[in-house]
Amino acid sequence: MSYLELLKLASPEIVIVITALVVLAIGLVTGHAKSSATISTAKPAHALSHASTATGICSVVAALGLAIAIGAILVLPQSTTLFGGMLVITPLTRLFKIICIALAFFTVLLITSQKPPRHLGEYLALVLFATVGLMLLVGSEELLMIFIGLELLGLSLYVMTAFDKTDARSAEAGLKYLLFGSTSSAFTLFGISLIYGMSGTTGLAAISEKLATASVQPLLAVGIVMTLVGFAFKIAAAPFHLWAPDAYQGAPVPSAAFIASGSKVASFVVLGKIVLVGFAPMHGSADWHAMTAGWSPVLAALAALSILIGNMVALAQSNVRRLLAYSAVAHGGYTLIGLVAGGRDGFSAALFYTTTYAITLVGAFGVVGLVRRETDGDDLSNFSGLWSRSPLMAGCMAIFMLSLAGIPPLAGFFGKFYLFSVALRASPNHGLLWLVALALLGSFISLYYYLMVLKFVFVDKRAEASVDRSSLFSHHGLAKVTISLLAAAVLLLGVMPDILAGQILAAVP
Amino acid sequence: MIAWTIYITFGGAVLLLLLPRTFARWSALLTTIAGLVLGLIALVRTPIADLAHFTTIVRAPWVPELGMNYHLAIDGVSLTMVLVTGISAVSTVLFSWDVEDRQNEFFFWLLLVVAGCYGVFLSADLFLFFTFYELVIVPKYFLIAVFGSTNKEYGAMKLTLYSFFGGIFVFIGVLIAYVTAGSLDLNQLSQFQFSPQLQSWAFPVLFLGFAVLAGIWPLHTWAPTGHVAAPTAGSMLLAGIVMKLGSYAGLRVAMNLFPQGFQMWSKWIAFLAVVGIVYAAAVALRQRDLKFVIGYSSVSHMGFVLLGLAASTALSVSGAILQMFSHGVIAALLFAVAGRMIYPRTHTRELDALAGMNLSRALPFAAFTFVIAAAASMGIPGFSGFAAEITILIGVWKTYPLAVWITGAGMVLVAAFTLRALKQSFFGEAEAGVHLQEGRVALDPDWNEQQSITAAEKCGACLLMFATLAVGLYPKLLLDRIMPAVEAMRFLK
Repeated sequence: MSYLELLKLASPEIVIVITALVVLAIGLVTGHAKSSATISTAKPAHALSHASTATGICSVVAALGLAIAIGAILVLPQSTTLFGGMLVITPLTRLFKIICIALAFFTVLLITSQKPPRHLGEYLALVLFATVGLMLLVGSEELLMIFIGLELLGLSLYVMTAFDKTDARSAEAGLKYLLFGSTSSAFTLFGISLIYGMSGTTGLAAISEKLATASVQPLLAVGIVMTLVGFAFKIAAAPFHLWAPDAYQGAPVPSAAFIASGSKVASFVVLGKIVLVGFAPMHGSADWHAMTAGWSPVLAALAALSILIGNMVALAQSNVRRLLAYSAVAHGGYTLIGLVAGGRDGFSAALFYTTTYAITLVGAFGVVGLVRRETDGDDLSNFSGLWSRSPLMAGCMAIFMLSLAGIPPLAGFFGKFYLFSVALRASPNHGLLWLVALALLGSFISLYYYLMVLKFVFVDKRAEASVDRSSLFSHHGLAKVTISLLAAAVLLLGVMPDILAGQILAAVP
Repeated sequence: MIAWTIYITFGGAVLLLLLPRTFARWSALLTTIAGLVLGLIALVRTPIADLAHFTTIVRAPWVPELGMNYHLAIDGVSLTMVLVTGISAVSTVLFSWDVEDRQNEFFFWLLLVVAGCYGVFLSADLFLFFTFYELVIVPKYFLIAVFGSTNKEYGAMKLTLYSFFGGIFVFIGVLIAYVTAGSLDLNQLSQFQFSPQLQSWAFPVLFLGFAVLAGIWPLHTWAPTGHVAAPTAGSMLLAGIVMKLGSYAGLRVAMNLFPQGFQMWSKWIAFLAVVGIVYAAAVALRQRDLKFVIGYSSVSHMGFVLLGLAASTALSVSGAILQMFSHGVIAALLFAVAGRMIYPRTHTRELDALAGMNLSRALPFAAFTFVIAAAASMGIPGFSGFAAEITILIGVWKTYPLAVWITGAGMVLVAAFTLRALKQSFFGEAEAGVHLQEGRVALDPDWNEQQSITAAEKCGACLLMFATLAVGLYPKLLLDRIMPAVEAMRFLK
């Protein structure tokens, strides 16, 4: 194994790191010029245009880097394993690296719709570093490497959350996220160390072999539960979801979108790999009246709690971002059902669901960002009369909300059908019916609050008169195109789910 | 070719989002007429022998990994439902001719409901069927919440949540059938032998989910409030076709898939149906709002459908399907008169207020239409209501004679509330202070709007009246196509 080969196989990650450094440098140079230009108040117009060109250059470079990385992934060989699973290339990792990069790409595009942050170069660099974290997470089958990926992702996200220095909420959210996140990392690391102690290895496949022969010991159970708890923090499963509402509400909109999309997808990929590959012998059973010890009853309990708490609390929210956060808890619960069901079908159903969910949420946050830009708020009342201000954005919002509620012919509907059918098929006598029934009850509750959002968008007329139609939504052409594309993707994946579901099924081993 | 009803209607809906406002109602009208014409062509051209079985029209792989196909099929039952959808849709557009506010959006949602209904009636794949079935729910919310009247947001939310709540049970039932049999093809599923133990609980879950939409007592309460809150077009669609989705689905999916479960539970369904008929008729007798009267009458008439299904003889089930057609037309007509012809001209639907106006002099055409609709609704011979209800009762007689007796008494109540509504709304004594002129009623003399019945309203009313008369005088036209299809189903006793 020569270093040249390592460089070649890790080229997508390397491309993104280099892009991040370039963006950082551009930001440094232009940021300096900007501050000196603002001091000399003689040419404010010139300074403004200068700043916006700098913003443009940074965004274009970042987007370009992500595109090149996708190209590099496509060029690289289909499957390789380096250093005993530290870096793995399989069809699955290729697919999900591309999905993660695409989500980051859309996040970068959405940044343009926001009030550009003070230090755009740094912000974009953080997004890119977080993306590298996602790729390491997805592309590794070794616990230590996974932990490094988690930390890289987490540290970037903490800073991204607290990035808006003018907003106290942002700082609060960042601090909360940091405290909860680092606690969860401690749990994960503790769990990993116990598992290493029991099995003597950190490679997932090797752990699975060791566990198959080992008897169930309390220490092993502690290790598994600790690891799961750490990941439950990451995917915001109840009762470990407390950071999510504040982070979703307080963080700058693109950061929130990234936390809700890329971070979630990668966490589910890794969680799936750990439980389905690494802990495969300890599956247990979550069937009604036939529960046996293992990780699946733990995940089933997390799923049930998330669905109930997420949906119930979302009912009472008046802020759209908080509402989306609690609904994210519930959706995390639905996705876990796929992992509880286990097997190839369960994993691919969970991956399909979380991917379409991520696409939907990036789009929804895009709309929230535009509304926030325009009305200085993201409460439900800020959305009233959106229909008359921008029919296109209102239509997109309808698609996103209805997809989340699971209304056909949108992606969320097929995702739910796939998940629940897999869960029922997983065990004889429909043992997981209780969980499926609970999830359906949850999605029934969720329809109410999603419709409330749409009620404000389409029915409410209070704010229509007070807002001037012409000035708003006339610019942000790029953001609008991005959001429309995402809405079209949600619709397309609902009408022809085979495009993605077929890919995932073919890629899951 | 009948599959084009779905494509044309969806295409028309999408087109409405792009077209300028001036073309909105015309393109909606042309779209719905195209659907109706396709249905009529299928009625004339398809040989009756082909309609005896659920014959495949289109079949293409959709998600092959999960066994989902894009699979449409037709038999006599589907064809009847497609026809009533076409008729209701055309008349609904005609009765919405004067919608001014957000016109494109209005017709967009309306066509989406219609397209979803066509899809449900023609689907032969369980997943496709369920997709169309759930698709219909949300457009209804917007139709009512944006364009409705009395207490519209409450009515819209209640209706949507009830439909979706029923949808959950349907979801579970569909999943169970899919997972157990490993197929989604309705024809294959209806041959599959599910274990009796599974059927005993899966049938009520599935059927109850569908019955919510059909307005079964005691889960009917969304119907009256929803009908009242909805704009006229919304009530016409709801009563005309959306409630039929529930009963059609109960027949096509629940009863066909789980025949043994159906046998176990049929007497309970019959019981609920009879209670619904009598209870809703009694409640309708006491309502003051004309739309509430009609809303409860819908629940009562749908009770006949459920009773016909529960009796499970070839005759009673065929009668039930005929009743779906008949009620679709009659309910649309009743709502059109109440919501479209009376309300905009009097600004009230209160029966007491209407009684003081003697509307038959001011609006003779509306009075004529309402007399026809009321006669059809009461089951006067010569109208479709009579043909359908008598077929049901004869069919039920073999299975549940007691139910026929009680229902017979219920029909007296139906006649009573219909006559009461008819008398109070059109043939009351004119009070002083109400100004009557040809085509104009005004409580306030200064109120000067264009009042006469428009040509669009006349066309819509004539279409519906023609449909109820044609089927009433010659029910064989539909029954010849329905009966063989029903006899081919496996749940019959």
